[in-house]
Amino acid sequence: MPIDFRSRDGILRFFRVLTGFVLTIALTFLGLLAITFFIGRVVPIDPVLAVVGDRATQEQYDAMKIAMGLDRPLILQFVSYVGDVVQGDLGRSVSTNRLVAEDLARVFPATLEMATIGIIIGVGLGVPMGVTAAAHQGSWLDQGIRVLALLGYSVPAFWLGLVGLALFYASLGWVSGPGRVDIFYDGVVDPVTGLLLVDSILAGDWEVFRNALSHLVLPAAILGFFSLAYIARMTRSFMLDQLGQEYITTARVKGVSEWRVIWVHAFAPIRVPLITVIGLSYAGLLEGSVMIETVFSWPGIGNYLTVALLNADMNAVLGATLIIGAVFIGINKTSDVLYRVLDPRST
Amino acid sequence: MTPLLEIENLRVSFPTTQGRIEVVKGVSFTLGRERLGIVGESGSGKSMTGRAILRLIRSPGEVTAERMMFDGTDLLSRSERAMRPLRGARMSMIMQDPKFSLNPVMTVGAQIAEAVRAHESVPRRALANRVREMLEAVRINDPDRVARMYPHEVSGGMGQRVMIAMMLIPRPDLLIADEPTSALDVSVQAQVLDLIDELIVNNGMGLLLISHDLNLVARYCDRILVMNSGEVVESCDAADLHAATHPYTRGLLAAIPRIDETRDVLPVLDRSAWSGT
Repeated sequence: MPIDFRSRDGILRFFRVLTGFVLTIALTFLGLLAITFFIGRVVPIDPVLAVVGDRATQEQYDAMKIAMGLDRPLILQFVSYVGDVVQGDLGRSVSTNRLVAEDLARVFPATLEMATIGIIIGVGLGVPMGVTAAAHQGSWLDQGIRVLALLGYSVPAFWLGLVGLALFYASLGWVSGPGRVDIFYDGVVDPVTGLLLVDSILAGDWEVFRNALSHLVLPAAILGFFSLAYIARMTRSFMLDQLGQEYITTARVKGVSEWRVIWVHAFAPIRVPLITVIGLSYAGLLEGSVMIETVFSWPGIGNYLTVALLNADMNAVLGATLIIGAVFIGINKTSDVLYRVLDPRST
Repeated sequence: MTPLLEIENLRVSFPTTQGRIEVVKGVSFTLGRERLGIVGESGSGKSMTGRAILRLIRSPGEVTAERMMFDGTDLLSRSERAMRPLRGARMSMIMQDPKFSLNPVMTVGAQIAEAVRAHESVPRRALANRVREMLEAVRINDPDRVARMYPHEVSGGMGQRVMIAMMLIPRPDLLIADEPTSALDVSVQAQVLDLIDELIVNNGMGLLLISHDLNLVARYCDRILVMNSGEVVESCDAADLHAATHPYTRGLLAAIPRIDETRDVLPVLDRSAWSGT
């Protein structure tokens, strides 16, 4: 039922819904914190050892353990950890010797930028392809799209990355190579958002923008191809399901054009399941693709998390996990809101 | 005057792993501005006949006929695109269950308006008025409120009235009603059928009423075709149904229970009487 802002009851209802909404987010986030924290403490990695090294004496070791607060009961550690996180303090990274929050503010936008361009490509091409395949089921067009989608499922990311670099960078020179930007342009624009494309637009520096885009386009297109494969397949199957429904026949009986039958009558009801699929793909891309980030020397969160894990850098691992978890919560909640807008049957 | 619909030797077939199976095997009839009923059990091909007339059988299904004329024009030779001006505007179909045949994410009013907009451009306000008038014609009180509702918010009987409004608003000449009341409660069945009957007679349209209910067809139609496994086995005036001669029809008639009867066991159809096996 839509909320009526003109009545007193309507406004009350709005605030009740909003409070419930904020509470669920807070509780989910607390649960996420608890799980990451306790997993971090259960894994057989000694954070103290990671700091002092294996040649430290027992006294040095014990002193560091107390300094890190690890001698206290787990539950107290958790409470103070939650307190720190709420204030934005994720601790210091052992491997980079910087605050984890600062590190994340640097690496997450790099992944966010690539994932966003990737999902735009994936949705922009995948949805029309899926719809077209379903509308022409069994035709050569359908077969072609299905083969392409199958390729997206089965080709390994690192191979596609390497071949893409060899072809478009080394041979043809259409795009720039690994990294976010040429060294020459590094640090030219102020990192306001951390998203190079946005920052260079804000600074009005089109040269940096063009260079950053030419670095970004290949890895983003490869990520886009993978999400395209998934999105196109799911769209096709949702659409086939709809096109078999009686109300599609009704629309045809009315003499509605085929274009309208497909894009209005059949497409409108699949928007809700499609949002779930797109949301999950986007969240998956935001986790950072370690393969792509490694091949393209992309300083993103996937890379950062992998390095942190290999160095037993628990603060960094927990921080990165929290960010990824928060992204999932955010995307899920956004999908929930969109469901209500798009489906009149949900209340 | 040419009849509204002339069908000669209509065949509909679908491919299966055992080769093509014919579900309609050479049906012929003509229909003027009258009410024709097609009765038969499930799988007798009556719905497929209705859908074939609107050319709604999609590949891999196949429709052939010696003649399939609507108001003097050939239906079979028309392309999908050329069928569109006919569908809705000149011939229309009421489907079985409003739960499935109305689009769940479009308002009732928008779906009715679309039936007009698909064929003519009408100013917004005039269109809204026409939708309101049509909803009133199908006995919906408070048409403005109902027009803003979604299909899941209306009852089955109201949903079917919406369906009728949607199919009759472009004022077609032929209406095919495919089991229009079998998804409804008995109490609203008669209301919906009376409504269809009234609108058909007042507008001088042709009606093809497809049903499995002999009594219902006999009551609302002028003529009756009885179908069994894809063929028309009996054709008679509704008034003469009791005098039907084909053993299948006789069997069906005998199996109808009566409120004042004393039979303990209803007779079962003896299929060997006409299929020869």
